[in-house]
Amino acid sequence: MRMFLHQIRTEQKLYWRSRESAVFTFIFPLMLFVLLGSVYKGRYPGAPYYDKPAPQILLAALLAYGCAMVAFAGLAITLVIRREGSLLKRLRATPLPPLTFVASLLASTLVVFGIETIALFLLGRVVYGTPFPDRIGSIAGIVVIGGICFAAMGVGLSGFVRSAEGSSAVVNLIVLPMAFLTGSFGPTLHYPHVLRVIGEVLPLKYLVDLTNAVYLHGESLWSQPKAIGILAAWGAAGLVGAFFRFRWEPREG
Amino acid sequence: MPAIEVSGLRKAYGNLEAVRGVDFAIEEGEVFGLLGPNGAGKTTTVEILEGYRRRDAGEVRVLGHDPERPGPDFRERIGVVLQQSQLWPNLTVRETHAVFAGYYRAPRDVDEVIELVGLTEKRDARAKTLSGGQKRRLDLGVALVGDPELVFLDEPTTGFDPAARRAAWEMIRSLRSLGKTVLLTTHYLDEAEQLADRVAVLRDGVIVRVGTPRELTSSDLEVEIRYRRSGEEVVLRTTEPTRVLNELTADALARGEELEALEVRRPTLEDVYLGLVEEETEA
Ligand SMILES: Nc1ncnc2c1ncn2[C@@H]1O[C@H](COP(=O)(O)OP(=O)(O)OP(=O)(O)O)[C@@H](O)[C@H]1O
Ligand SMILES: [Mg+2]
Repeated sequence: MRMFLHQIRTEQKLYWRSRESAVFTFIFPLMLFVLLGSVYKGRYPGAPYYDKPAPQILLAALLAYGCAMVAFAGLAITLVIRREGSLLKRLRATPLPPLTFVASLLASTLVVFGIETIALFLLGRVVYGTPFPDRIGSIAGIVVIGGICFAAMGVGLSGFVRSAEGSSAVVNLIVLPMAFLTGSFGPTLHYPHVLRVIGEVLPLKYLVDLTNAVYLHGESLWSQPKAIGILAAWGAAGLVGAFFRFRWEPREG
Repeated sequence: MPAIEVSGLRKAYGNLEAVRGVDFAIEEGEVFGLLGPNGAGKTTTVEILEGYRRRDAGEVRVLGHDPERPGPDFRERIGVVLQQSQLWPNLTVRETHAVFAGYYRAPRDVDEVIELVGLTEKRDARAKTLSGGQKRRLDLGVALVGDPELVFLDEPTTGFDPAARRAAWEMIRSLRSLGKTVLLTTHYLDEAEQLADRVAVLRDGVIVRVGTPRELTSSDLEVEIRYRRSGEEVVLRTTEPTRVLNELTADALARGEELEALEVRRPTLEDVYLGLVEEETEA
């Protein structure tokens, strides 16, 4: 337990110290909120589900995007860089148990995503006058469930990325299209049918479903068992990938 | 009981046999040097002992543990400097030491270790701003912060300036005086001679010589003669320099030529060592 807390503190320090992770994964969703929010105005005609002020719709979407950035993209890139720099290998020679290491990495990721969530709601309140969510418990549930599932996928993905130099390019190549296709930058109602079908299979779609249900419609998290189930399945797939592909030592000599 | 016992150790990577039957034992409190050229199998051997790599055959005991299935206290008791590794670029020297100290039950005092590796002036500098040699000292510091009984140092002084190397030697000697066991790899014979109680020379995965540094270097001292002949460098090694030089110069005089870039020198310890490993592999 002492080591778990020690390692969470360490991970927090590492996250906020690193300009790459802090700016890229933490600031980016907030920045997009401001940028997109200044473009999207009004409501979505002919779609009762989205009959809400645009900034509110955007906030729900970017909450999911924030999860993909912090828990998935950020974690995958961090792990590849540490693995290729032999940092993971070096840690392996210390008494820090691997499970404690993984647990504290996950906990630290959830802390960051939690702060990101709070920052999005505060920013929305200050800039666009969006309301705070009614269902705080369900929002917390989204942070935990979304964070864990995407973190598992991030760890799985890191096992497939070979080089540290290429890691942020590869990860972006996955996250950006996924965010676009699943409505993390705004609803996909007007997208061509093909794109929407592709979006349907991606995990981020179901996190957007959750944030929409909870924040836009005040529903409980548990009103969406299908979305939670699909997210959990993707998380499990990430775990399987992690199990077979995770390495402590560099892949490239 | 010896701190490390190795017998019949083998390890292949695909078709390449990197370690082909190595035996040695290191006593508690001993500083043992593993010396050998690039690709000799030093890192492979050391990383098997550290528990990173699996062996194909042989018996290995490290502090009474099999490193492939180490007991819970194994990693409390060892310190590791990898041949290559980075630490967190954005943590300072002091923070990095403190993070590692947090992984051990009974760590040493962080500031004392920083002092020991000579980074006191850099204690608040971030790791990414350190020079290559200073980064290496940071590696050394975090290997010592857990107060290990056994320290593995894979080329600990590569990239050090002469003063830093001297300082590192002092530090490794101080480890010995604390009763620590040290396994160190190096390319430098002088380093092995300065530090190690015993040295094993590894070449192509086999140990070609083990002994005290004195025993290793007391082979016949040959003299090296170099000159250039039609653009190509010629190197002769001989125990009879007077006779060989006489023949060379007489021959050159007879042909009215100059012996270009003629040089005669006593071999350094380095040369002796290189001669040793070359000669042994031809056999
Ligand atoms: N992971 C690996 N996969 C394949 N071959 C390897 C691997 N590690 C080492 N080798 C090969 O095994 C041989 C021994 O390598 P090793 O790293 O043990 O040498 P070394 O004595 O430490 O050399 P150096 O002085 O250059 O560090 C080399 O030929 C090397 O190419
Ligand atoms: Mg090596």
